[in-house]
Amino acid sequence: MKFGIVVFPGSNCDHDCYHVARHVSGQSAEYVWHRTAGLKGLDCVILPGGFSYGDYLRTGAIARFSPVMAEVERFAKKGGLVVGICNGFQILCEAGILPGVLMRNRDLKFICDSVYVRVENAKTPFTSSYREGRVLRLPIAHADGNYFTDGDTLKRLEDNGQIIFRYSTPDGEVSAEANPNGSLGNIAGIVNRGGNVLGLMPHPERVSEEVLGSIDGRGIFESIVRAAQARGTHLS
Amino acid sequence: MKVNVYVTLKKGVLDPQGKAVAGALVELGFKGLRGLKIGKFMELDLDVQTAQDARKLAEEMCRKLLANTVIEDFRVEVEG
Repeated sequence: MKFGIVVFPGSNCDHDCYHVARHVSGQSAEYVWHRTAGLKGLDCVILPGGFSYGDYLRTGAIARFSPVMAEVERFAKKGGLVVGICNGFQILCEAGILPGVLMRNRDLKFICDSVYVRVENAKTPFTSSYREGRVLRLPIAHADGNYFTDGDTLKRLEDNGQIIFRYSTPDGEVSAEANPNGSLGNIAGIVNRGGNVLGLMPHPERVSEEVLGSIDGRGIFESIVRAAQARGTHLS
Repeated sequence: MKVNVYVTLKKGVLDPQGKAVAGALVELGFKGLRGLKIGKFMELDLDVQTAQDARKLAEEMCRKLLANTVIEDFRVEVEG
């Protein structure tokens, strides 16, 4: 299968994602410059972390109008797998491909830490390698990760099983103390209604190799590979 | 034509910056503060003929980019 990693001006986790896709997962991978208007032969598009356009105005607000985003939207509509990590999640929300918005952290600080998240739904192309309820230790590094949406949308997300990761204690208890940034419902990651677009604040690409101290994030890449291979044909 | 745009958080949306600054004012001994919200102010210079066109264009810019209407309201003020 083939991963495409979108590069915006200010992306800084693009190489990490490429490395895990190409060398850890052993798949094809290529960078996609944000001005590219075409996604050829890809099975999964990753919008990596970083500070696209310097986070000016609002995080992701300007990047979402890059030419490649219209392609990402089309690709997602056809059922292609899309993952937005950190800044990528913010861009997907700004683009309206995922509902809600990532606001400034409750305590107004940039948080660089390892946190625990619980896998809420393992029946997605991104989480099938995990068992439901599994607690992962994943790094976060953001100033705007405080997920917010209106009450109706939150209820819809919950009813449809679209909340994929919630911040929890190491034992898997979803509590206020385990919430690093004030996210509504401790939300750390969601999927769209179709289940083929994932946005998450933690960085799975930073914990996908033993040498880095943990492989808790590798399951996301493994799940994607499995889903793409089961599907067989390229969507782009 | 000069247009002022104010973008503020919607009612009910947490404003930790506003809260922190309000707390600092109280700490400094200011009395009578009921509330404080922090927002954004933008000055646009638009090449249009009428105030009506200026308003229309600025509002469109707000809806498309300048404000995120999930959490923010905007107000447009045409100068002159």
